[in-house]
Amino acid sequence: METLIVILVGILVSIGTYLILSKQLLRIVLGASIVSHAVNLLIMTSGGLKKGSAPLLGEKMAGFTDAIPQALILTAIVINFAVTALVLVLCYRAYQNFGTDDMEQLRGNENE
Amino acid sequence: MRMNNWLIAPVIIPLLTGMLLIIFQKNIKLQRTLSFLALLAVGVISVLLMVQIKGSGIQTLQLGGWEAPYGISFVGDMFSALLLLATSIVSVCCLIYAFPSIGRKQEKLYFYPLYLFLITGVNGSFLTGDLFNLYVFFEVFLVASYVLITLGGTRRQLRESLKYIFTNVIASAFFLMGVAYLYSITGTLNLADLSLRVAEAGQDGLITTVALLFLIVFALKAGLLLFFWLPGSYSVPPTAIAAIFAALLTKVGIYAIFRMFTLIFYHEPQITHLWIGLLAAATMILGGLGAVGFGDIQKILTYNVVISVGFIMLGLVSSTPEGLAGSIYYLLHDILIKALIFLIGGTVIHLTGTSRLKDISGLIRLRPALGWMFLIAALSMVGIPPLSGFLGKVFTIQGTFEAGDYGFGAIGLVASLFILFSMIKLFMNVFWGETVLCEDEEKGSMKGLLLPIALLTFASLALGIGAEGIAPYVAQAAEELLDPNLYIQAVMD
Repeated sequence: METLIVILVGILVSIGTYLILSKQLLRIVLGASIVSHAVNLLIMTSGGLKKGSAPLLGEKMAGFTDAIPQALILTAIVINFAVTALVLVLCYRAYQNFGTDDMEQLRGNENE
Repeated sequence: MRMNNWLIAPVIIPLLTGMLLIIFQKNIKLQRTLSFLALLAVGVISVLLMVQIKGSGIQTLQLGGWEAPYGISFVGDMFSALLLLATSIVSVCCLIYAFPSIGRKQEKLYFYPLYLFLITGVNGSFLTGDLFNLYVFFEVFLVASYVLITLGGTRRQLRESLKYIFTNVIASAFFLMGVAYLYSITGTLNLADLSLRVAEAGQDGLITTVALLFLIVFALKAGLLLFFWLPGSYSVPPTAIAAIFAALLTKVGIYAIFRMFTLIFYHEPQITHLWIGLLAAATMILGGLGAVGFGDIQKILTYNVVISVGFIMLGLVSSTPEGLAGSIYYLLHDILIKALIFLIGGTVIHLTGTSRLKDISGLIRLRPALGWMFLIAALSMVGIPPLSGFLGKVFTIQGTFEAGDYGFGAIGLVASLFILFSMIKLFMNVFWGETVLCEDEEKGSMKGLLLPIALLTFASLALGIGAEGIAPYVAQAAEELLDPNLYIQAVMD
């Protein structure tokens, strides 16, 4: 199961990389977002997928699922959410200002 | 157990003050006073911490009473405390510079809360003893810097900030990847515990690969070879913000590299430290070419930031007591001096209305104090005794020679020549020559701008002339970096 998820992570990262390499701002944002989600999956897998019961709910179970990766993902998702929201606003503002969402046209020292 | 509640103060004070100031958005007088007092308090506390660490070794705080390695530990060793102190000095000076220069609009658009959050993140990164917590504090100051860099919303700022943000978002994703790999290998995130477990299991190929992944991440943040985003994004924000960025943001990346590669990944220096050395050498050469080649104040200054990042790494590469002490000393010097030259450069642009060297000349007749302070800063960066850059350079180069890395040492010396050339070029073009500007033609007033510049010059001079007094602290910091057991013992029992 872990192997499958890791392969899935790989696929997601390659999709994200493809999107980041494109010219349009919105695609880059989406690409960065997909890479972050792939990394969240990777963290989940790093603790080992479901191995036992839920932690802290009793003392009779033989094994517990590691709760730390889930806590980490929760934090990472919140941060990623905030950053993505900020970037989207910024992209919209840039689009309004420059009249284009093509990164190629934002190179060099023009537009000043 | 050496619990010390003061350790949380440098994080909590700016954080709470910043949150409070969001409520009082319109009351600029209150915002100015409170943020100034908060940063001053952090400075006093960092001095206090330094004295305590000097007296009784590394201080720790287990947050929420959860013992290491289960909870998050805060660890204050001498290296962190010195960086905290330098951060407070610089943040106070840049804040004073921001009062008259940042502009009413920006002040009402949450400049002060954002500034305080930036300092929160930087201080937190210096103090935390937990890898994931380090990521969180990195994000805290990065998000603050994303907003600060766009504050004002000119077209240039928007364009450069997009590149800056995308670069950092991707770097953060790689940071988390490294965290995930390290967690699946060792099963812990506490830096001290990580160090123990990596030492027990031996640093095999897999862990070394993860170490190199971390090196890439922090190199991106520090501008070590991967500095393509730096010159653009550091030249667009208002002067006070650019100065605090140049002084602090790359330094946090440098701090993280030092911490990771002295505490955890120190078993395979022939691979990891060699790579750091190669990156540092390339950084110094490319940064030097940039500093020499450009004819624009902001470009020259930002490329000087790049050179110093490479130079500071040399001490880590050598991993000798002298080399590390030199690096730490140079790091402190560099935090002060980069803020200083960015403030002076920004003031020159503010006065003349242009950043092109060709269009500026003979400013020293109008502004003698500014010119001479720039000369002091420039000579200090080059490493002329008794100014503050000298000792750092001597020890760092001595360290590389002792470790047998003659090539790296030589490149470090050549980089000093690049710095000398670029700074003197700046000085001669801007301050010497025929005065083309008369007093009433100046684009802006100097009111209140000279005080923070003078304060920073004084701090830099004090660091150079008072080196004897600071030496024992720097030596202790280097000693703690070289012996990970000190750190581990302080955290674990």
